[in-house]
Amino acid sequence: MRSWEKFDGQKPAWCPGCGNFAILNVLKKVFIELELEPHEITIVSGIGQGAKLPHYTKCNTFNGLHGRTLPVATGFALANDRTHVIAIAGDGDCYGEGGNHLLHAMRRNVNVKLLVHNNQVYGLTKGQASPTSVPALKSKVQPFGNPSQPLNPLALAIAMDCSFVARGFAGASGLPHLQNLIKEALQHKGFALIDILQNCVSFNKINTFHWYKDHTYFLEEDHDPEDRLRAFERSLEWSEKIPLGLFYRRDRPVMEETYPMLRDHCLAEMPFSQETVFQEELNQFF
Amino acid sequence: MDVTALALGTLRGVTLMDITLRIGGKAGQGLQFIGTALARIFSRMGLHVFTHQDYMSRIRGGHNFYQLRVAENAVSASKEKIDILVALDENTIEIHQADCKPDGVIIYDAAMTKSTHEGRRFLSIPLLELTEQLGMAEIMANSAAIGAILGGLDLALDFFPEALQASLGKKGEEVLHNNLRVAQAGWDFVRKSNWPATLKFAPAARKGLMLMNGSQAIGFGALVSGCKFYAAYPMTPSTGIMNYLAAKAAKHDIIVEQAEDEIAAINMVLGASFGGVRAMTGTSGGGFALMTEGLSLAGMTELPVVIAEVQRPGPATGLPTRTEQGDLLFVLFSGHGEFPRILFAPGTPEQAILLTNKAFELAEKYQVPAIVMSDQYLADCEWTYEAIKSSSLAYNRHRLLSSSEGDQDYKRFAYAEAGVSPLSVPGFSQRLVVVDSDEHDEEGHIIEDAESRVKMVKKRLTRKLPALVQDISPPEIYGHRNPKIVLAGYGSTYGIMREAVDILQDGHDIAMLHFSELWPFPDPETCDYLEILSGAELAVCVENNASGQFARLVRGETGFTFPAAIRKYDGRPFLLEPFLGEVNALLGKV
Repeated sequence: MRSWEKFDGQKPAWCPGCGNFAILNVLKKVFIELELEPHEITIVSGIGQGAKLPHYTKCNTFNGLHGRTLPVATGFALANDRTHVIAIAGDGDCYGEGGNHLLHAMRRNVNVKLLVHNNQVYGLTKGQASPTSVPALKSKVQPFGNPSQPLNPLALAIAMDCSFVARGFAGASGLPHLQNLIKEALQHKGFALIDILQNCVSFNKINTFHWYKDHTYFLEEDHDPEDRLRAFERSLEWSEKIPLGLFYRRDRPVMEETYPMLRDHCLAEMPFSQETVFQEELNQFF
Repeated sequence: MDVTALALGTLRGVTLMDITLRIGGKAGQGLQFIGTALARIFSRMGLHVFTHQDYMSRIRGGHNFYQLRVAENAVSASKEKIDILVALDENTIEIHQADCKPDGVIIYDAAMTKSTHEGRRFLSIPLLELTEQLGMAEIMANSAAIGAILGGLDLALDFFPEALQASLGKKGEEVLHNNLRVAQAGWDFVRKSNWPATLKFAPAARKGLMLMNGSQAIGFGALVSGCKFYAAYPMTPSTGIMNYLAAKAAKHDIIVEQAEDEIAAINMVLGASFGGVRAMTGTSGGGFALMTEGLSLAGMTELPVVIAEVQRPGPATGLPTRTEQGDLLFVLFSGHGEFPRILFAPGTPEQAILLTNKAFELAEKYQVPAIVMSDQYLADCEWTYEAIKSSSLAYNRHRLLSSSEGDQDYKRFAYAEAGVSPLSVPGFSQRLVVVDSDEHDEEGHIIEDAESRVKMVKKRLTRKLPALVQDISPPEIYGHRNPKIVLAGYGSTYGIMREAVDILQDGHDIAMLHFSELWPFPDPETCDYLEILSGAELAVCVENNASGQFARLVRGETGFTFPAAIRKYDGRPFLLEPFLGEVNALLGKV
């Protein structure tokens, strides 16, 4: 089988022109580049347009509840180290409904790579403001514009000492770069956040492809991702020009290493003898 | 029934000792230290113990007590009237002296209570002074109290060091030795005092007994079922399960992860179950409320999970450290949509072990969520056992790990005749495992068509039920085989109902009908409980709640309406004497 075909999945139900198509293609390219087989990949997703992605390729899939992607991915990664674990979420899914889980996933530094399809609007529920929407965005439920200030996911992640913090862009000009970011994240040991700017052709008339194209640029080659303060400073850039690239990276112990039983074994194939455990532990009650 | 006569248990014409001790004081004073140590010492000596705890939701101050019933025969409930009151503060004397029997003893240290008491029952022991004379720290006065109680009861200090090993062992031999010296001082002092002659245990050769509470039993049940992942958010009174498993984590390779909230906990457990391990979470009512969307997800993805729901009185925060059976119908009907579930409510630590094991086994066999309900009373009560056998435990792996023929065509939700499709573990073969919270096809991909929906509901729900119902055991009948009076209940009321039957069987055709496997509800066609209920002159439904939830469940499932009820919803467990009073009042009306 040609490598491209083995990642063919269901026919996408996205709007024509949606940024999700480009992200899906980039992801498949990374799988091929890293010579992965479908069964060596697990994608965990929640609810949102982007969350349908795993159905449109071939991999192990847990398409769960809105906002709960990261706890599922965490439990899975601790139980089973046989596959790469990728979490796919949207800005509403991950920064809104599941915001608390994001904070704690960054603290845990479990070996999960989170791709956030950030289109700054709610697509699936038809155009409401998301946690990253700009104040000017008006919708049926925000007739006066979005009353809340947008969340800055990169600044938040760097403040949390997240071990890999990057921003990509799903427009044509950003795709080779996004492919590299995802590849690097998959090769990184620890939790990675890649915030991916993408358009929503149906509901976001402000942050269009052209808007992103005009407002984004790549971080300089000499940007030092080990420099946390500088990374934080760069993450605050938004209103004029938006940097793309790997902002921050720090190798710190992953949660899998803090659990001693995971050092030599995969939890899913841990040996167990009921009779032995029963006798040993029952005696403790005498 | 003369309630004071209950102090002396009678079995086969031999009078057996049956003594109730209550230790009261402020949180942080060490009454739990005293209570736990005594329970251990008594059980090591081969005496039967039943303990329960009454504590406030605070770390220091307030008023708490620890009650122990110690007896020569097996006991399974607490009493209201006490033989020995140990008062670590004046408040304890004020609150509890009315419960102390006329021939009982109230132990106190005037230096602690800042008071002196006259009267036959009062026995002042200078615990602080005895400790100080040995040059020991004030906190060790608790060991003097333990020594004094053992001395009074004519019991040796032999098991004292062993019993303290768990709480003080880490502090080294010297600390243990010093505590023993203080205990000896309390023991010596009381031998010269006017301890009541009736409150003594005759020497006898006894075999050491096991001591176990409900939370440890659920934790142990999980451990022996091969549970490898436990994620939870701490919530009283469920935290004991997490503590137990965390203590065993290193030895038995279990991951115990403290989640950021209960929503995360259930979703982590689902992720771990998808990853191929037996996984569990535990919480109380409020936390379970947050888990219900995840419970529904377990139903849709057909992933085995086990959830312990340890009840406390609600609504909302309610009485955080107290007991109630108020969540039955909530838990039974929780989660949106229609999906099968298993619900067990053990009544004793032994049942808790077996039913937690059965929950793991059936959850994996049928790929459904299983819930084990407990409550603060069962969680904290300690029971003694001579032995528990492993023969009733099961362990069968139902998951597919290794490669096999046809892996390329694997379908996670293949339409199986009996509803259960093969459950593969990702990453160990070429099989792709796809699960979705959306309605899905056999492969696990999103669908919306009506025909597939109907097929999938049948596979997931209706086709699984006939076999699942057959795996449910009938309720336990204890006492008369053709009873005129039936005390029926579920979960933690087991002990009180059983003792009431023991006491009332002289003169009454009485039996207990105890339900511990609640859902699927035991089939009235294949069990005989409905005949027993219908044939009785008086069927009483006993529950620790206000609205009679279990009676409603029985009526809904069988059509049988209980003519009488005993309910309690003050946050406290049933105690033997008042419970017998209520049963007797109903008997008077028959």
